Amino acid sequence: MKFQSSSPCGLCCTRIAGLNVSYGIEKILSEINLHVHCGELTVLIGPNGGGKTTLLKAILGEIPFEGELRFLDPKQESNRKPSIGYVPQKMEFDSDAPFCVIDLFASAMSSRPAWLGVSDNIRQRALSALERVKISHLLDRRIGTLSGGELQRALLALAIEPLPTLLLLDEPTAHVDRNGMELFYEIVTNLKHTQDLSILLVSHDLPLAARYADRIVLLDNKILAVGSPADVFGNTKTIEFFGKIEVPEYNSIKSFKYIDGEIHA
Amino acid sequence: MNGIWHSLLIRLPFEWAQYAFMRNALMAIILIAPICGVLGTLIVNNRMAFFADSIGHGALAGLAAGVIFGCSDPSISLILFAALFAIALVMLRKITSASTDTIIATVTATTVAGGIVILSRGGGFSKFTRYLIGDILSISPKEIYILAVVLIATVTIWLVFFNKFLLSALNVSIAKTRGINPFLMELLFSIIVALVIAVAIPWVGLFIISSLLVLPAAAARNICNRVYSYHIFSVTFAILSGIIGLQLSYSWNTATGATIVLVSAAFFFITLFFRKK
Repeated sequence: MKFQSSSPCGLCCTRIAGLNVSYGIEKILSEINLHVHCGELTVLIGPNGGGKTTLLKAILGEIPFEGELRFLDPKQESNRKPSIGYVPQKMEFDSDAPFCVIDLFASAMSSRPAWLGVSDNIRQRALSALERVKISHLLDRRIGTLSGGELQRALLALAIEPLPTLLLLDEPTAHVDRNGMELFYEIVTNLKHTQDLSILLVSHDLPLAARYADRIVLLDNKILAVGSPADVFGNTKTIEFFGKIEVPEYNSIKSFKYIDGEIHA
Repeated sequence: MNGIWHSLLIRLPFEWAQYAFMRNALMAIILIAPICGVLGTLIVNNRMAFFADSIGHGALAGLAAGVIFGCSDPSISLILFAALFAIALVMLRKITSASTDTIIATVTATTVAGGIVILSRGGGFSKFTRYLIGDILSISPKEIYILAVVLIATVTIWLVFFNKFLLSALNVSIAKTRGINPFLMELLFSIIVALVIAVAIPWVGLFIISSLLVLPAAAARNICNRVYSYHIFSVTFAILSGIIGLQLSYSWNTATGATIVLVSAAFFFITLFFRKK
């Protein structure tokens, strides 16, 4: 896939400062400082139990935390109401549950109950949302008949309708086959450019992260390393955790430079 | 309203239509069945069949509480207790790490046993058997109006909250990003199910109330792909089972509730042959 050079504004960002999460006396996350910029894919990596999912949950507002979480617009003001799009690892439903992709969109986008049918307007909007992830032909398919990759793309389309301030992806390809994974990441990369999205992704798949991430964050209760894939995967701490990971050369072409992207470990 | 119903039905060429109690029962069934059909769609989707069963059984303790506190009408204590029971189950599920099945089974066993111990004191349990198998033939016009109110309330809640119930059950985090409080939705849905069960138990019986909630939706699920058709078929199966079951129970001289359940089970097995791919 060619990477478009449409430049992101790179000015809106999600700013996490001094974030701490503890369960009882145990500290799960300590002093997390992180900026997630628009037009950038930030990938969270780290060992199991290192707090990756906890950080996502804190951002989602599902667990209490100390510290600051702010969404800043290009004027560096946070008066706009922040919104989060979220793609989970998987969804809980039976494969023969009687609802289709269109029902999913209708129940999320419309106040009209899905059992009364779907208006043309909502149908059109759902269709163009699915168009973004190249699965508009699946609009009337039952959710249980989708492949893992198709379902994740449908959830991605839902998460960016309407466009959120921050897109969170929690191991979105954990249950997707290899081809589906590549496709998913290419679509995410494309959306990042065309929609100027801020994306924070948790991944266990380090080679894929190395290929598609603009910035990698190594998290083990605190941030151990932050930087471009080449920086982080060349870091001795990362090698200690995961061994040597190949970083494709072309990755450096698509990473952007930022003025205030300095993050403290 | 009631007068029109009776004068219309009495003209039907059926023997049973000559009896006022049968006409009342039919009206009651036409009101209860859609409630069950509608609530059943999400009970089945959310795998809450066991929960519904448990509320029904736990209601025994509600009756017992009514007896202890000397309530003149045990249905009030039944309704109150069912609501509290539902809230307790949802809360327990949230705060403990034990599996839902185990929690429900434990709480149900305790309340059922407690209820039977209290109700059977002095050997007087037989007067409560009505609540076990239900007696829809004894329903009065005033009680039918209560069912009508419950039906209207259920449909109203379904209009306002259905989408939120659906999203919350699919994924808590996605629901939250859409401004929904999934825990509140789960609580609300559980309370509604509990209230409907409590209201219906004297007529349907606690042994089979959950079957009426589950079977029509399960049958519809066999053949439907979309949310709207799921609702249409679930409600249709529920109403048809009710009407056919009432007729059969009259001809066979059997318990009405159980006969209705057999008919809905038949719908389930028949639809299995037409299962969607």
